[in-house]
Amino acid sequence: MISTNSPEGASVAQPPDRAHLSPATIDDAVIRLAGNSQDGIQSIGGFLARLAGRSAQDVMTYMTIPSTISGGPSIFQVRIGSGEVLSAGDDADFLVAFYQHSYDEHVDSLRDDGILLYDSDHVTPNADDRRIKTVGVPITGLTVEALGGTAKDKGKNIFVLGLLARIFHLDADKLKTLMRERFARMGEGVLNSALMAFQAGYNYNVGNLLETLFRFEHTPPGGRAQITMDGNQALAYGLIAAGVRHGAGYPITPWSSVMEILRVELPKYGGLFVQCEDELAAVAMALGFSYAGHLAITGSAGPGISLKTEAIGWASMAEMPLLVINVQRGGPSTGLPTNVEQSDLFQAIYGGHGDSPRVVLAPATVEDCFYTPIEAAWIAREYSTPVFILSDSGLATRIEAFDEPDLATQMTSAKLDLTPPPEGYEPYPLSRITRHTPPGTRMPNGKYPLVTGLEHDEHGHPTGSPRLHMAMTAKRRDKLKRLADTLPLPEVFGAAEGNVLLVGWGSTYGPIREAVDRLNETGDAVGSIHFRHVHPLPNGLEGIFANFRHIIVVEMNDEGLYGCGQLATILRGRYCDPRIRSLTKTDGLNFKVREITDRVYSLLQPVSTRE
Amino acid sequence: MSSALAPSPSTVPSPVSTPAKLTKKELTADHPTWCPGCGDFAVLAVFYKVLEKSQIAHENLVTIAGIGCSSRFPYFVNGHGAHFIHGRAVPFASGVSLSRPDLHVFVFGGDGDGYSIGGNHLDHGARKNIRLTYVIMDNFVYGLTKKQTSPTSPVGYKSKTDPAGAVDRPVNPIKKLIANGATFIARTHATQVNHMSAMFTRAMTHDGFSVIEVLSECVEFFPGAFDAGIPRKGGQFRTIDERKGDGSPEEAARHDVTDDVAAFRLADEPFPGLFGVFYEVSRPTKNALEQAWVETTRAKFDGASDLELLQGTFNRLK
Repeated sequence: MISTNSPEGASVAQPPDRAHLSPATIDDAVIRLAGNSQDGIQSIGGFLARLAGRSAQDVMTYMTIPSTISGGPSIFQVRIGSGEVLSAGDDADFLVAFYQHSYDEHVDSLRDDGILLYDSDHVTPNADDRRIKTVGVPITGLTVEALGGTAKDKGKNIFVLGLLARIFHLDADKLKTLMRERFARMGEGVLNSALMAFQAGYNYNVGNLLETLFRFEHTPPGGRAQITMDGNQALAYGLIAAGVRHGAGYPITPWSSVMEILRVELPKYGGLFVQCEDELAAVAMALGFSYAGHLAITGSAGPGISLKTEAIGWASMAEMPLLVINVQRGGPSTGLPTNVEQSDLFQAIYGGHGDSPRVVLAPATVEDCFYTPIEAAWIAREYSTPVFILSDSGLATRIEAFDEPDLATQMTSAKLDLTPPPEGYEPYPLSRITRHTPPGTRMPNGKYPLVTGLEHDEHGHPTGSPRLHMAMTAKRRDKLKRLADTLPLPEVFGAAEGNVLLVGWGSTYGPIREAVDRLNETGDAVGSIHFRHVHPLPNGLEGIFANFRHIIVVEMNDEGLYGCGQLATILRGRYCDPRIRSLTKTDGLNFKVREITDRVYSLLQPVSTRE
Repeated sequence: MSSALAPSPSTVPSPVSTPAKLTKKELTADHPTWCPGCGDFAVLAVFYKVLEKSQIAHENLVTIAGIGCSSRFPYFVNGHGAHFIHGRAVPFASGVSLSRPDLHVFVFGGDGDGYSIGGNHLDHGARKNIRLTYVIMDNFVYGLTKKQTSPTSPVGYKSKTDPAGAVDRPVNPIKKLIANGATFIARTHATQVNHMSAMFTRAMTHDGFSVIEVLSECVEFFPGAFDAGIPRKGGQFRTIDERKGDGSPEEAARHDVTDDVAAFRLADEPFPGLFGVFYEVSRPTKNALEQAWVETTRAKFDGASDLELLQGTFNRLK
């Protein structure tokens, strides 16, 4: 929230120039840009996010993309802060409205005393609304004036970026550098137009209209360099750092950009990503790469994962390492393809036929999206098993700045290992974890292994023996229990003991942490834990649960027939603890902090007084 | 075979193998579980023979299959192998072929696996011209599940799912393969061992997606299905007379294996049809095309290490 820290920034009416001279210092601002998707508001948001990252400010963005092919209302929200930014913000401090519909739809998202900046060529705000401050600028007209008539109104996004740079005292030189990097390859003309539009916005004397301008609190230097990217980019680069050089996929929102990045990037590293004819071929080809000795990635969103599940069952049975990314969206079926939901947890853990144990990891932030594939790849190789990475459309479309990873320590070698195994090698030993021996490996005893989806004995021969099926089923299950023994307990945030423990997984991390802070500010004792290892769960959670009176599992899926969301159902099944309850929602939007705090209060009411 | 996707420079080379030739003894694994008299035995025997004559190192042999009677093939070959899921052997094998130019990838399967549940993958494997050899043992019936209609069952064939006789027009495998872009397409008969052997040898050395359709009788559920192609049972084994380039007067009447329209016409001959190579062309494989892209891409980065490459990307994201 914008809070005016400097006394000069008081909100009484002041001469225009004064506002320009002494900006109010703020530590956090939520800026929402509302327009149509073809107006390039995502690129304003992207520039702001990258600038914040380069200025060592924390940043988080949130956007909606219409599911139409081109056009349609779209928003981009960016929250910039000098401290830790955990969520994209509940309410906006500042709204830019390009059209009347943008104003109509989003004016309620402005907080009291928030500022509306609107294009006076297109928007007529309600003159009687005293709740907010309004500033009209003929954005369309001024952009055309700056660029000439041939540009139509293209470039008004960059004009607005110039305005914002002036209003928030952003570093114009750094922004121009970012623009040069972005537009240079599109040609001199495009770059010059962008710089002209930016300058026109920046020179516009907005100080005449606004009583206060703003400046972000200075961030002390010395922190690690920040890099700025979205969750799908982070997954792709995490895979590269993990030594993954091969993969196969099929287009589906919101997974596609992971595939697009890998298709372009992997050849630089001598690798290959193949776009296949369908999801079935994609998972099969990825398993072919893995079988050939190159741990491979496939991915999709929920509907595509459904198609892949037969082959993932084979990977469990054949004990073949494989990485599977699911960038979740609203389901079932085509569902809400551009909205967020965490309703594929059961699918990841249990989806498929037979008892087919696999590992499921869930990144909590964009930064986690980089580190999770590194851990996932290690687990897949070490335990010879399929590993799911459950991201979601909230993470996929969100831009965050995070500390630059130390690549020298994070990079994993991608070497193909064809070392002959020791004498007595068996592909499926009952007493040890399977080690896959890729083709091309010379077998010293002359006996070559066959990997198979049929139940098999230790040599890989098919068998219908009840004893062996029991033993092999237990073996495939127990290796995940061995993994669980090594997993760290999640850190407890907030109160270490007390009234309420909030439990989450995946992209709800930020809102849950902010909710904990707010609840503790009211004098309550609230803590939270967040699972990155969703299956298997780490051991010893009961010790954490014992320290709280209430355990509330927060997730974006349906409470189901029995009143529990998907993770809550699993926790209840494991701990048989009736104190575990569910806080779920299915509106396709990220959690607002307020939604969590309000619902926690209502859950804590005695049943008789609840609605 | 030099045009395949090369391993990345960090690849550990395979330890030098003893170049001893493969023998049937070394290649034999589990005793086949097929019914006595099954046509697939002859296919297996020919495969051993062809391997014995080849220079393939034992560790570089890979057999891959989906599901079906004939898809049990890899269990009976002592070599690296994978028994994958129904219909998806081609994309699985493609992953192996595209990432491992040092391997010889063979796919074995039947008509249900290849033309029905895996039909789409056959189309795209052929279109992409992935370097592998695919042997389809076509028995015109689902045998492992005990006599249901298959995509190649002739109209009128009585099965458990068509007790009054099959009504759907069967797939013509050769026409399907020509249309899809397979670059080597041959048809043979499991009782004609020498012919089958010749087809295998040519398919193995073809640089591209090579397919052999083998009529292989199911003695249990469709006995006598292919007698019309067996001379000693009164049938006719008519082979394709390929062009020899000898300038003789007969040359004009011979089949040009690079002519897809002519191949299509030959594939329309009434059952039992013709045997031999219908189509054989040289077209760049996906293996070669992807490898070329890798090489041009890598050339731009002047031998940068993986760490330097990723660090460079991160520097642009600051």
